[in-house]
Amino acid sequence: MAIGKAAIEAVGVTKIFQSSGQDSLKALDNVSVRIGENEFFTLLGPSGCGKTTLLRLIAGFDFPTEGQILLYGKDIAPLPPFQRPVNTVFQNYALFPHMTVGQNIAFGLEMQGKPKAQVEARVEQMLRLVQMEELKTRKTSQISGGQQQRVALARALAPEPKVLLLDEPLSALDYKLRKEMQIELKRLQNETGITFIFVTHDQEEALTMSDRIAVMSKGKILQVGSPRDIYDRPAVRFVANFIGETNFLEGKLISSVKGEAKVALDVGETITASLADGVAPSGKVTVVVRPEHATIVDKAKKATLAGKLENIVYFGTDTHYHVKLNGGGEFTVRHQNIQAGRLTFEKGDKVGVLFGAGAARVLRD
Amino acid sequence: MATAGEIALAAVKRDIRNRWLLSVPALVIIALAAIGPLFVMLLYSFMVKGDYGDVKFGQFSFDGWFNVFFTRDIFDDTLTFADAHLSILWRSISLSLITTVTTLFFGFPTAYFIATRPQHQRDTWLFVVTIPFWTNILIRTFAMQEVLRNEGIINSALRAMHIIDSPIQIMFTNWAVLFGMVYVYLPLMVLPLYASMEKIDFRLVEAGYDLYATRLQVLRRIIIPLVKPGIIAGSILVFIPSLGAYVTPRVLGGGKSMMLGNLIELQFGQGRDWPLGAALSITLMVVVTLALLVYVRNASRGGGGHG
Repeated sequence: MAIGKAAIEAVGVTKIFQSSGQDSLKALDNVSVRIGENEFFTLLGPSGCGKTTLLRLIAGFDFPTEGQILLYGKDIAPLPPFQRPVNTVFQNYALFPHMTVGQNIAFGLEMQGKPKAQVEARVEQMLRLVQMEELKTRKTSQISGGQQQRVALARALAPEPKVLLLDEPLSALDYKLRKEMQIELKRLQNETGITFIFVTHDQEEALTMSDRIAVMSKGKILQVGSPRDIYDRPAVRFVANFIGETNFLEGKLISSVKGEAKVALDVGETITASLADGVAPSGKVTVVVRPEHATIVDKAKKATLAGKLENIVYFGTDTHYHVKLNGGGEFTVRHQNIQAGRLTFEKGDKVGVLFGAGAARVLRD
Repeated sequence: MATAGEIALAAVKRDIRNRWLLSVPALVIIALAAIGPLFVMLLYSFMVKGDYGDVKFGQFSFDGWFNVFFTRDIFDDTLTFADAHLSILWRSISLSLITTVTTLFFGFPTAYFIATRPQHQRDTWLFVVTIPFWTNILIRTFAMQEVLRNEGIINSALRAMHIIDSPIQIMFTNWAVLFGMVYVYLPLMVLPLYASMEKIDFRLVEAGYDLYATRLQVLRRIIIPLVKPGIIAGSILVFIPSLGAYVTPRVLGGGKSMMLGNLIELQFGQGRDWPLGAALSITLMVVVTLALLVYVRNASRGGGGHG
């Protein structure tokens, strides 16, 4: 996806936390990223990867050790949070317990010094937007988790921020409510046209909601791209591993021509695989294959890899076939349970695994 | 045969009876230790005073209460308002209020400072705050004299720096009493304030900053409403004992800056007027109760309190 105007741009941002001992923690290491206007941008990574730190630097709760944070081209890194047109939806919502739902939503507008009538009108509008009109006078302790989530969203959206920051806002909700709120968030983003920066460790959440995703690990951004890019064309091993399930095959590169490579796998077979962008491989390489990009075939038929069916796990919508490869190692194939194509393999059968050159990718490590 | 309704009613009755039975020990203690003595005081305030203290039992008189508000001239029997009592009452109330406000003023930032330290440091700071409790209040007050008197630390320091030529009279003034009371009661303000500040989720403070509130607005709109229970508790803990303070005004205020506690003590001691002492005690209690009622009602209004 092409990005238009950048709403937020981090330039060479490093954040070092000085702890009481001598050891300091490098939470962000020279991070640069451009987040476009009206984009639903997700920072994805395991806990401790620096995603929340980056969000807090944008919000202004912490200040970068080095680097700049630009909001529409203007460096906001030295500004305190109350001078930034950026609002946050906190992980635990951080609703003010001594105020009603309406007072919570009005807070930001009042602090901006908006006239009373305007505040009142905007609060009503926000309550309608999150479908909470009838709960305006309730205390925040008297509403459910999902409703608190909506109030937190309304409160952060009320002052019309240029960018909305969301710090794992769905993590406290149960599965069904989380699904509902994912759709709700997407709808709100479409309706308001505000840039959303969303932090999560949940890869499924990231894939379903985002326009673009930045995968982070150990204070660095490893890959930025659309959900499809990230999933289908992971650039590095960490990304392939963190997002979805993947089969890893180690091997030696024999030759590479125009984005295609011949790899002699450690398990014995030689396969053709595509090269990730900017990979100039040599010697030992890793090839990844998504389980759903491979099929399982009878041992008599032509196959890419050969092995023995070790386990069959039924998941409802699909079935996972765990194959013990003849050369050692495991390979998982996911087969969708469609009515017509039910497979009739049994545990212990000798089978083949089939995938094309497009499904196998050589990774940068 | 009993219907379901009757059985349910009997169960409720039994439940209520059991609860009363369980509270009997507490009720007995309250009756004996709190209400009983108060009743004795009330009784004494309506008796004729004895010649050498005590009261003449069975001889009812309103003299005790009369003397709280009026004095009869010994020579010509004219009635005058007991302005000495009233000025002492007024001094007690105003000094206690100022003490409460001052301890709040110094206690609030102190408690905030402690509450925002990392966990392991907080315990040390709390420990430091409670150290004064280890020494008897009388000894601490006499030590205060050493600081405030004409040849004391403050005066000699000011003289050494040539800021003043002759010592400032601090001892035996209202200032000395105020000084002493603020010093004595400050921990009683800090501790409840800390207890409610510690419970604050500081992400709420961040949320406030995020929503364009300046530091002052965050303090006024978020922190203060959230620590209101602590402010109320601390104020009560400081105001009530200040009003009845005895040691501090006695040692630092002398006869000139007497407070209600000293006046009452005087009646039971040298004054030998127990009915007046009893009436004054009840007056003090009424003042405290009224002040508390007004304060708590005002404090819990507006903002609605927390929790």
